[in-house]
Amino acid sequence: MNRVPMEGKVLNENARVAAELRERFSERHVFVVNLISSPGSGKTTLLEKTLEAFPRDSRVAVLTGDLQTENDANRLKRYGFPVKQIVTGGTCHLDARMIEKHIADWDLSQLDLLIVENVGNLVCPSSYDLGETAKIVLLSVTEGEDKPLKYPSIFFKSELMVLTKTDLLPYVPFDSSLAIANARLVHPEMEVVKVACLAGDGLREWMSWLEQRRQIFLSRLAQPVGQGI
Amino acid sequence: MHEMGIANSILEGVAKELRSRPGSRAIQVGVRIGELAGVDPGSLSFAFEALTIDTPFAALKLDVEYVAPRSRCRECNREFEVRNYELFCPACGSLNSTRISGDELEFKYLEIDEAEDEAVKCCDLEVNKK
Repeated sequence: MNRVPMEGKVLNENARVAAELRERFSERHVFVVNLISSPGSGKTTLLEKTLEAFPRDSRVAVLTGDLQTENDANRLKRYGFPVKQIVTGGTCHLDARMIEKHIADWDLSQLDLLIVENVGNLVCPSSYDLGETAKIVLLSVTEGEDKPLKYPSIFFKSELMVLTKTDLLPYVPFDSSLAIANARLVHPEMEVVKVACLAGDGLREWMSWLEQRRQIFLSRLAQPVGQGI
Repeated sequence: MHEMGIANSILEGVAKELRSRPGSRAIQVGVRIGELAGVDPGSLSFAFEALTIDTPFAALKLDVEYVAPRSRCRECNREFEVRNYELFCPACGSLNSTRISGDELEFKYLEIDEAEDEAVKCCDLEVNKK
């Protein structure tokens, strides 16, 4: 009997495809964000408001994942930007291959921003790198403040937490500062933006976070190899 | 949830390793999983058993090392293990730390029965014929 060392990630194949995607996105200067949250915390509504806020000539595209239906893509296509639905057929997360397949006929050099809306699930999507520049987690005020402690993986890996539906705060027993403190226990550097999409609050901060983060992405691309993301 | 896919990826990794060692048989595979990886060790073991039953991998054991996240203190540079989200640096008590690990999902080792040399195999065949 012999014990031989084995190296590498378990999700090696996904990691390989994700690394290829990241390289393609970097070459074409496409800033990619991966939005993750529980079902119903407001990813699609945030996207609707985001697309509405972009000037019509913005170079933005969206991939939206769900187990079934084209409903989200239909909601998002109204804004005139390229939108594709990824129907996973039961799989609880998006993986790098699905992204690769769905961007195959898009000319990436025509894009500045690609927003990926993951399947509504706070657990599984966190294990699958999609080649994105940044993961963003949404938490709505109708959920519990302890979600970051119960589902630490995604809060650990996200750069930004978007606290959604803040216009409902007068009606729900949700302590925003506790939720933010919990997120920072898991991930001390977590940035936070608060939005109320239907009321239009916080959207300016959200849009400026996206643009500032994109500028950081572009400035890192300009640095010598090895200094990247 | 997604543990079935992860168990499958572990088996693919083992199969790949065995291809470079013809004739060897895998006995145990070791993996390291961080508490922040979002993978439940119990579900993973269940998925692993379900996938290997009645296959050539039926006897293969899965050894999971479940590891706590680690942080580094920004004040005194000490590295420490984080338990129950307590972020105080054990050396200087500072709360100013940065998380350095916790989402591992990686292979550690593979325990194998090495291929026996050809002579032994031939003898075995002779014995079997009798």
